[in-house]
Amino acid sequence: MSIILSESEAKALLQKVLSYSKADECEANLLGEQRGNIRYARNEVSTSGSLTNQNLTVQSAFGKKVGVASIDEFDDASLEKVVRRSEELARLAPENPEHVGVLTPQKYGTSQGYFDSTAKLDPAARAEAVAKSLQLTREQDLNAAGFLEDRHGYSAMMNSKGLFAYYPSTNVNFSLTVRTNDGKGSGYVARGYSDFKKLDTGAATRIAAQKCRGSADARALEPGKYTVILEPTAAAVLMENIFYSLDARSADEGRSFLSKPGGTTKLGEKLVDERVTIYSDPAHPELPASPWAGDGRAQEKINWIEKGVIKNLAYSRFWAQKKGVKAVPYPSNFIMNGGTASLEEMIKSTQRGILVTKLWYIRPVDPQTLLYTGLTRDGTFFIENGQIKFPVKNFRFNESPIIMLNNLEALGKPERVVSTESDNNYLIPPMKIREFTFTSLSDAV
Amino acid sequence: MLPTFPTLGRAVAPEALLESPLDVALKKRLADAALNAATAKGASYVDVRIGRYLNQYVVTREDKVQNLVNTESYGVGVRVIANGCWGFAAVVDAKDEAATARAAEQAVAIAKANAKLLKEPVQLAPQKGFGEVSWKAPITKNAFEVPIKEKVDLLLSVNDAALKNGANYVNSVLFMVNEQKYFASTDGSYIDQDIHRIWPIFNVTTIDPKTGKFETRQSLSAPVGRGYEYLQANPSDKVTGVTTRYNTRYDMLEDATAAAQQTKEKLTAKSVEAGKYDLVLDPSHLWLTIHESVGHPLELDRVLGYEANFAGTSFATLDKWESKNFKYGSPQVTLFADKQQEGSLGAVGWDDEGVNTKRWDLVKEGTLVNYQAIRDQAHIIGEKESHGCCYADSWSSVQFQRMPNVSLAPGKSPLSVDELIKDVQKGIYIIGDGSFSIDQQRYNFQFGGQLYYEIKDGKIAGMLKDVAYQSNTQEFWNSCVKVCDERDYRLGGSFFDGKGQPSQSSAVSHGSSTARFNGVNVINTARKI
Repeated sequence: MSIILSESEAKALLQKVLSYSKADECEANLLGEQRGNIRYARNEVSTSGSLTNQNLTVQSAFGKKVGVASIDEFDDASLEKVVRRSEELARLAPENPEHVGVLTPQKYGTSQGYFDSTAKLDPAARAEAVAKSLQLTREQDLNAAGFLEDRHGYSAMMNSKGLFAYYPSTNVNFSLTVRTNDGKGSGYVARGYSDFKKLDTGAATRIAAQKCRGSADARALEPGKYTVILEPTAAAVLMENIFYSLDARSADEGRSFLSKPGGTTKLGEKLVDERVTIYSDPAHPELPASPWAGDGRAQEKINWIEKGVIKNLAYSRFWAQKKGVKAVPYPSNFIMNGGTASLEEMIKSTQRGILVTKLWYIRPVDPQTLLYTGLTRDGTFFIENGQIKFPVKNFRFNESPIIMLNNLEALGKPERVVSTESDNNYLIPPMKIREFTFTSLSDAV
Repeated sequence: MLPTFPTLGRAVAPEALLESPLDVALKKRLADAALNAATAKGASYVDVRIGRYLNQYVVTREDKVQNLVNTESYGVGVRVIANGCWGFAAVVDAKDEAATARAAEQAVAIAKANAKLLKEPVQLAPQKGFGEVSWKAPITKNAFEVPIKEKVDLLLSVNDAALKNGANYVNSVLFMVNEQKYFASTDGSYIDQDIHRIWPIFNVTTIDPKTGKFETRQSLSAPVGRGYEYLQANPSDKVTGVTTRYNTRYDMLEDATAAAQQTKEKLTAKSVEAGKYDLVLDPSHLWLTIHESVGHPLELDRVLGYEANFAGTSFATLDKWESKNFKYGSPQVTLFADKQQEGSLGAVGWDDEGVNTKRWDLVKEGTLVNYQAIRDQAHIIGEKESHGCCYADSWSSVQFQRMPNVSLAPGKSPLSVDELIKDVQKGIYIIGDGSFSIDQQRYNFQFGGQLYYEIKDGKIAGMLKDVAYQSNTQEFWNSCVKVCDERDYRLGGSFFDGKGQPSQSSAVSHGSSTARFNGVNVINTARKI
């Protein structure tokens, strides 16, 4: 049997799994994927590999006693074994008062996230994409280190109440760091797509090479508050910390930046600049995502922050039941609205500021204010009178994305970006922020 | 780099974790099949790793068990040199010779294909074979043999202690790992190893209902290369003082009780005034600063540029090492690598390319003297043999250079923590690891902790909050003026250190005694939203 099952094959396999169940309730999640990658450094390929992965996870419940087991072999004996194992574990588990039963069949929208161009990518095409990039850096006597990874696969689920869901998807991520041979300049680019045809490694390499050459011999500026233009790649790693924190239960429990004294939350309140709207939409053509969550709930188009106001939070089914609200699942993608300005236009309209290509090693400092620290990396430039004047040394920042979105000057045109922290893809605009807090200088290039 | 969340393997039933390891004779047959098949296809060097990796996680919050997860992974990875180039292939669930031989042949084919792109052939430092040998972590109580109920009861009693002492919320987790690894190579080694690791952790949250402010305190435990005996509290393993810390045994219940009380104290603690302070850093905190500012920059692959696109490069370039005069730290600072330290996360008998483990200096009395290098890197730094710090996180991953345990040597003159603090006029005593971030060449860093105490005129003057310190690696280690003696030496560590693309995880310990660093820049992290 192939690793990548069609919808009918996945359905047949899951029906067989459920036929073995003796528990009160049973739910099975199935996935299959193939990944390929090439890694290069010092201008030559260092490693390349491929990975095939398939997995079946079975959750069995006797009342509120729940057990989970998985397996990666799909012969009949293995399928029965994994069901029995989950049942044995359920019998050993203490009752979980927060367990809610499996869902009845749900209605899902459609989302076109599977592209043959990516699924049929072979080692030769992968090598060709990387060769294009390497040729450019070798010609310019620059030093390249990069990584190209593609994936195609599917996920499916079925439960003992007759719910069935299936979603095939593909994606490719490409990242590249180009350095001068003397180590004084460094530039970065990352691209993520569902459709491999959209990836132009040559064009991406030219951007990283330009940033690399332009960033050499950076000057030191005093740390302090600056107007910054965060390119989408830099903005994404701060924005995703808002996305991660949209959990209703943490807010209700009083341990989130969305909590208020007295046990209430900021849901429904204006939290950031009114130009900020963040939503999720699994059917978005630029960022297709699964139309269902791992527990079978439907993913719908939903606003999280609308014109600066917190409109929705994500709920587990238990917490939604307890609070008597709709159980909105944590979404499968995030999209932030922007404006129409290009990055160049945003630079042109800046009197004095810093252009930031990338942020690095972002870690939480204070969950109460969503304060994060990290550093600029691989291309930081001083802007004066609408022009990039010179490269500047990297800064450490201490800033909260909430404070940042209250100090918003302008938003540009959203782009699909890859988070350099999580590898997640988002649609995020470049953003101009005033009074962004840099607290020290770094000598790192 | 350290991630926020661990990754999990596939789940299995609890009894599967107690199945006997694969018979050594069978493993030798499987390995020989691969060695012979690859050699027959023209490989000049072959190594085979047969791995069975077991994990168990028990996850709770307050009075509930949230998750019981058992995972198992078994397979074989074969690495070869053919036509001067590395090749690697892995096969899942391989229990017959034909399967390992096929993987070996595939690895040779990949090596030959990649050899066409090669600039320079691999130079492998020679390594003698050890014959049939074995190594077992010196545990006294296998965590996988402890009934799940006992583990659940422990965590629920820990949670109960925290709640009874005023905490609003508490999450606790027990991570347990057993790596059963068999290594064979054409050098004539057949090495069977049984490695155990355990990490009990909790996080306590207390909320001030009037202000809505909340404070957290994580456990002061360390992940360790020990068995379940780590959780058997022992008075002689307690370090008393401003708060109790732990050495080779951990009292989770006592720590949770203290944590709940301390979160209340943190709520009303004084917010730090930014400025220069002399820092007194407890081993439960200093391990992470050592990890980020010494462990990572002295990885040779990183120095050479192989990690440039992800983890970054290093300020500690070869010319600095070649000068024999690069002052990494003050004369008080000796930092050493050691893959043999008892109870450490990195302790093994042999590394993942059949090299016997050892101890070596990285920074000696302040001067940079060495890096971390494996067999195909040793020649770059003029060494004749590998340091024995090669590791792969799975049978399916290619082994590469990973950080060994890297530690600060204790001071040679007798010095207790009380004696150290007595001389500090304006300082902050930091306990536990907190926020961490460092640049891609390991110059500029920022660290927070779990507990901060103000030191005034040689005495502890109360708790502080909103503290983080920023420094530059070389400045920081040169500001080290005193290190307590070996009586205070303890290990901290990371269970999930990430490196490589695709990323691989490894576990590593870092030891130190309490140390003093003068005139370090402290910032106040309080903000309003």
